[in-house]
Amino acid sequence: MSAAAGRPAWREKPRPATQAAKAVALTVVVLLVLVPFLIIVSTSFASNREVVAGGGWVLWPQHPTLRAYQEILDGGIVGHALWVSAGVTVVGTAASLACTIGLAYALSRRDLFGGRPMLLLILFTFLFPPGMIPSFLLVKSMHLLNSYSSLVAPFLVNVFNLVVLRGFFQSVPEELHEAARLDGASEWLILRRIVLPLSKAALAVVGLFYAVSYWNAWFYASIYLDSGHWPLQQVLRTYVINGAQLADTSTGDASAVAAPQTIQMAVLVVATVPILLVYPFLQKYFTKGVLTGAIKS
Amino acid sequence: MAIAQRDATRRTGAAGASGDPTGKGRGGPGSRSKRFRRDAALLAMMLPGVAYFLLFHYGALAGNVIAFKDYVPFDGLWASQWVGPANFQAVLRDSAFWHAVVNTLWIALLQLVFYFPVPIALAMLLHSLTRDSVRRFVQSVAYLPHFLSWVIVVAVFQQVLGETGLLNHALGDAHLHTLDVIGNPAAFKPLVVAQVIWKDCGWGTIIFLAALAQVDEQSYEAAAIDGAGPWRRFWHVTLPAIRPIVVLLLIMRLGDILSVGFEQMLLQRDSVGPEAAEIIDTLVWQRGLVQGDYGYAAAAGLFKGVVGALLVFAANKVAHRLGEQGVYR
Repeated sequence: MSAAAGRPAWREKPRPATQAAKAVALTVVVLLVLVPFLIIVSTSFASNREVVAGGGWVLWPQHPTLRAYQEILDGGIVGHALWVSAGVTVVGTAASLACTIGLAYALSRRDLFGGRPMLLLILFTFLFPPGMIPSFLLVKSMHLLNSYSSLVAPFLVNVFNLVVLRGFFQSVPEELHEAARLDGASEWLILRRIVLPLSKAALAVVGLFYAVSYWNAWFYASIYLDSGHWPLQQVLRTYVINGAQLADTSTGDASAVAAPQTIQMAVLVVATVPILLVYPFLQKYFTKGVLTGAIKS
Repeated sequence: MAIAQRDATRRTGAAGASGDPTGKGRGGPGSRSKRFRRDAALLAMMLPGVAYFLLFHYGALAGNVIAFKDYVPFDGLWASQWVGPANFQAVLRDSAFWHAVVNTLWIALLQLVFYFPVPIALAMLLHSLTRDSVRRFVQSVAYLPHFLSWVIVVAVFQQVLGETGLLNHALGDAHLHTLDVIGNPAAFKPLVVAQVIWKDCGWGTIIFLAALAQVDEQSYEAAAIDGAGPWRRFWHVTLPAIRPIVVLLLIMRLGDILSVGFEQMLLQRDSVGPEAAEIIDTLVWQRGLVQGDYGYAAAAGLFKGVVGALLVFAANKVAHRLGEQGVYR
């Protein structure tokens, strides 16, 4: 009954075979994404014995336990890395948003002094990134190695996010600016009281993009920081991706409490959960089409 | 003065016409110093961002002079000896470099053939669904992997397809042959493409779905009334609607053809070896940051950057010739 409601009259009745093929394709897509996660989460909650009995994997833990999580969050390198990643994400997102808003707002104003060359200067960096070696030597020469700011300062403004935000600021009607200016409002006040409140959706999307990229950053953390400063992604790389070969020898203290497999899966879950938590918010704005509208401009 | 006044009014459009007799607002007369003073607050706002680009992009860009020097860390970048094109000659004569180029292009080509059409097909499938709730659910699930880091994606693939992973566990239980996927150089390139499909094919649909949503439902209706079946409607209505986007993305991909998932390759380089996994970026990393041959590595990186930028220009030109929009005008 309701299936017919969505179908306009001119469209042919779908054939059962087509419908079945579509259903199968969509189910496969959904399962390919969800099943690995289900099993990883399940294994992380399983007990040592169950994992061994299951040959390394548990589909549904009979006696769920938080031991693996207690183990990794009880201080130690994972607990520390979690704080590092969270701190870098929060501070980085705030700093990035502040700089991006300032740039985007100024560049969104028509007839800005030096606006056009400035915009080209910035867009050019998108076409021609400086390269890994010069970036590394610059960070090194600024004595930022082994400093958490090396994960933030070189990545402060993302050109794509800047363009998205600028496009959104430009869509604020010029009449609002004009009216505010006649009332004696400064540009700072206009930005704070008019433009930012009207751009909440775009700010949320750009902010979440920044947060995700700080949380996910791996490569530069691996070259800028030593093991005492590692964020979560580098720990994940070392103990889960490379850990497969190290498992027999170097996880001595961990294996005393829980099987390395459950520990590994718990680290994987901890690295993924923040993304899963912010995801519904991102999702909300995608469906509103905030982003696609901005991309087109 | 009158001309300047009129000019300023024209430039700011209606804003200037509403009048600002003091000349302090944005509609005011526009000599350079006056415009500067008028925009002082805006310029102050963008200062941190501009400083960032100048320092971390242009400052680093200037550091590319190292590609023309024999870099000695003790002397520092500026005091090291100039060696002209010697580093570039070393790069271009190095078989390891060309091996990395071939690997990069191979992987890019495989992605173009096997990844590029997937989001288009998935977008059409999603667009054809009549029930919104189903579509939204599938979209939510399919977008998700895009937001996971490459570290997580590689770890998940390892856990699922690895020697002791889920798949082989299941195959073993069913008394079937196990598959050697992870750490197998022969399987590496298909694996890499599969990872890209898993991570980004859902997210990639967004832009096509937006294009499909722009199509007026009435064009479909009119075509149907004129007797066009589903296939002809697809050919004459749907395809033209997404063609500009397809061309745009193809151009961007071609311009970016020398970059294929640096983190993705680097994370798996240890397990399959450089023979299968070395791309230009990982070679730069290996020679520069691991072996300390900064001159060679910077030259290879700069070569890649220049060729990449030229490719974007060329691809954009071709698009304009074909009557398409391209990336910029």
